[in-house]
Amino acid sequence: MNFNEPFDVVVAGGGNAALCAAITAARAGCSVIVLEGAPEFYRGGNTRHTRNLRCSHDGTAPTMSGPYEQAEFLDDLYRVTAGQTDKLLAELTIAKSRELLGWMDEQGVRFQPPLGGTLSLGKTNAFFLGGGRGMLNMLYRRAEKLGITVLYEAPVTALQIEDGYFVSATINYQGRPQQVRGKALVAACGGFEANIEWLREYWGDAADNFVIRGTPYNRGDVLRMLHAANVMPVGDPTQCHAVALDARSPKFDGGIATRLDSIVFGIVVNRDAQRFYDEGEDTWPKRYAIWGRLIAQQPDQIAYTIVDSKSFHSFMPSIFPAISAPTLGELAGKLTLDPAALQKTIADFNAAVRPGTFDYTILDDCRTEGLTPPKTHWAQTIDKPPYYAYPLRPGITFTYLGVRVNAESRMLLNDGKPSGNMFAAGEIMAGNVLGKGYLAGIGMTIGAVFGRLAGQGASTHARN
Amino acid sequence: MNLAVRPESLVEADRLMTICNACRYCEGLCAVFPAMEMRRTFADADLNYLANLCHQCGACYTDCQYAPPHEFKVNVPGVLAKVRNESYAQYAWPHFLSGAFERNGLVITLLTSVGVAAFIFGFVAVKDPAVLFGRHAGDFYKVMPHNAMVALFGTVFLYSILACVLSLRTFWRDINGGKSGGGFAAFWQAVGDSAHLRYLHGGGGGCTSEDDKPSPSRRIYHHFTFYGFMLCFASTSVATVYHYVFGWKAPYAYYDLPVVLGSLGGIGLLIGPAGLYLLSRQRDPVLTDTAHRDMNTAFLAMLFLTSLTGFALMLLRDTGAMGMLLAIHLGVVLGLFLSMPYGKFVHGLYRFLALVKYAADVRTGKFVD
Ligand SMILES: Cc1cc2nc3c(=O)[nH]c(=O)nc-3n(C[C@H](O)[C@H](O)[C@H](O)COP(=O)(O)OP(=O)(O)OC[C@H]3O[C@@H](n4cnc5c(N)ncnc54)[C@H](O)[C@@H]3O)c2cc1C
Ligand code: SF4
Ligand code: SF4
Repeated sequence: MNFNEPFDVVVAGGGNAALCAAITAARAGCSVIVLEGAPEFYRGGNTRHTRNLRCSHDGTAPTMSGPYEQAEFLDDLYRVTAGQTDKLLAELTIAKSRELLGWMDEQGVRFQPPLGGTLSLGKTNAFFLGGGRGMLNMLYRRAEKLGITVLYEAPVTALQIEDGYFVSATINYQGRPQQVRGKALVAACGGFEANIEWLREYWGDAADNFVIRGTPYNRGDVLRMLHAANVMPVGDPTQCHAVALDARSPKFDGGIATRLDSIVFGIVVNRDAQRFYDEGEDTWPKRYAIWGRLIAQQPDQIAYTIVDSKSFHSFMPSIFPAISAPTLGELAGKLTLDPAALQKTIADFNAAVRPGTFDYTILDDCRTEGLTPPKTHWAQTIDKPPYYAYPLRPGITFTYLGVRVNAESRMLLNDGKPSGNMFAAGEIMAGNVLGKGYLAGIGMTIGAVFGRLAGQGASTHARN
Repeated sequence: MNLAVRPESLVEADRLMTICNACRYCEGLCAVFPAMEMRRTFADADLNYLANLCHQCGACYTDCQYAPPHEFKVNVPGVLAKVRNESYAQYAWPHFLSGAFERNGLVITLLTSVGVAAFIFGFVAVKDPAVLFGRHAGDFYKVMPHNAMVALFGTVFLYSILACVLSLRTFWRDINGGKSGGGFAAFWQAVGDSAHLRYLHGGGGGCTSEDDKPSPSRRIYHHFTFYGFMLCFASTSVATVYHYVFGWKAPYAYYDLPVVLGSLGGIGLLIGPAGLYLLSRQRDPVLTDTAHRDMNTAFLAMLFLTSLTGFALMLLRDTGAMGMLLAIHLGVVLGLFLSMPYGKFVHGLYRFLALVKYAADVRTGKFVD
């Protein structure tokens, strides 16, 4: 590896956003280097764990139902973010999302119909054949064919930036620091979700109990370097995508398989065997991503989802076996909950359940009355042994704090001026579009749309 | 579950299927994952069924975010290959011969050598030594009478069919929980899926064989092998009809149907097995069941040798080498026939039945709780 020659475009990161940028720049004729901090197997950070991307389309895609028009996509985005989004960038994301299926197809990425248990996403989301790693393998193969230099285990440890202008990146490569010079930089190295110490700054000790669903390599180092170099921050540092996971998940990189879909079918109690939120507020796909935060706010950041044998087979099978017992008292014992408290919580819940017609595919009329918090749909008594439980922890998917960009994906400096040659794409700038909330599949959309824009901008700059 | 200790490979396959069932990312790659999703738990018979449904294309390994070195260590093709190979022994009839799968290469080599030796000895003992080296203008029956040939190979062939059928019946009953299953539509679907090797495809990209990039090579060589085999089978069938229906005796001219079919098939059986063998040497061993590698090699070698000795016989049938070549060829064919129910040959039969079951289950939308 020759570090003397400068590259046209230096890409920090190796996930979806990074490769979309690198491929776009290489296709425009630039020499490109991808600096991936992770070893080859773990390449592509959180992208490895994804399954789909959301895109507006006209309904002719063979693996999707549709159409999904831009206006509807925009409505969906406004709803989940409660308007906390940069309107211009949101509209741009959605307009550009229409090109993604065709572009991905050109790079060799293949799609499949929606996965079992996710039919509700068939209209809005395109599923990768073989999941995110399958998709990444295709992008890396494409990068190789285009002659892009890819370095693994090459984390960026410092950036040389002069007056908002990128000069070079320092990487730690094969045990030695190396300088990689380039005419333009694309920063696409994720959020800081794997950096527990940083999370502690906002969440305190609670952060120790968070499970990091994705890569351990997204530590936010480059994000911090950019903020320190006068790049304008965006996003609330406490905002993130977080879901309820099996508490037995690995601390890092457990991915999709450790999630649990049982919550709407029963109740959730905390360490004190008390319920704390309406489990039936809305359909599961819409409420999936609020439970991480809810559990993060409970004592010791632990909770338990409890169902009885009526509904045990109604949700996606779990990776870890359910904890089961013939009586609630014994179940409490196994969960180290106070048996009397759990029995009372469930007795109160059962007494409050009103009769109705159970149907988990719609907002049905099974609800509680006179209970706080209520369960407003799918409320069924929990009385048919054996009883089943799973312990839950908050699982952080990714953080929203990032760098501000404009419609060219160019970073903005603190004075509001665009940087001459620095671009950002993916999680590291997702906070521009996602002030809060989340829409399934939009992480990959943001990465691909802004990755392509960044690749374009960087190549135009480098070649002029 | 019975009281016997569950074999390690089944314990591991159960662990993997539980992870995959919570993940499901590979659903579009082949039939294994949709079949898995019809279940929530995996009994031994379920795992044997899924293992035989797997075509070992490798796609779900290169695409898996949990493959080693990830701590979940998910390796579906490698583990299912093990389960599959062990399932042949489990269902083999008669059961006391199931050990043949364990030292398959050795067993088949021995069988074949004994076969060749027996023919040489037979020709010399029954006829006379001169027969073995004489010139017979391509007339095999001078060396071994037609009826003797038919009686010997017919018996062995019928035994092999019987052994395969009885083994498969045990498998079929086990995976269907003792109930009957299938149906004509499912059968046809499976015929089509097998004929096209629909699932040796990685969902469209191909197999990982030479390196970690999918390529169609394995599927192509498998087609050479399978259709080569079928053409040879057709050649023999046509020759049988010629002999008994029309009274046309061998040897046949080079342009006659049995020779043409046999030659085309023979070419397939040279190219296909050679290609598959070379690919198997290049293939990442984690994708395979290394403990049973000789089973694969032995079967490929037998097909290749059958064809090679057949060609040698055809080309040199007018020379003094004919007798010896005939002994070798017949010995190899005898070895192939005898080892059919106890070697890699059965993979196609088991996989076919697994495909029938899959097609039937998809049709009835059968979900097992
Ligand atoms: C379990 C799970 C499932 C998900 N499912 C979906 C889904 O189905 N659809 C969807 O849209 N989104 C999904 N997401 C979110 C999605 O993963 C992210 O939005 C997306 O991957 C972001 O892409 P990216 O390229 O910005 O970051 P990443 O893919 O995380 O890539 C960041 C890269 O930067 C590298 N890196 C980090 N620091 C450095 C450094 N200092 N130097 C060099 N390299 C560095 C990392 O190694 C990594 O390769 C999921 C996330 C998780 C965890
Ligand atoms: S092989 Fe891996 S990616 Fe595929 S379904 Fe199983 S766990 Fe998921
Ligand atoms: S190796 Fe191929 S055929 Fe076997 S389970 Fe994986 S994807 Fe399916």
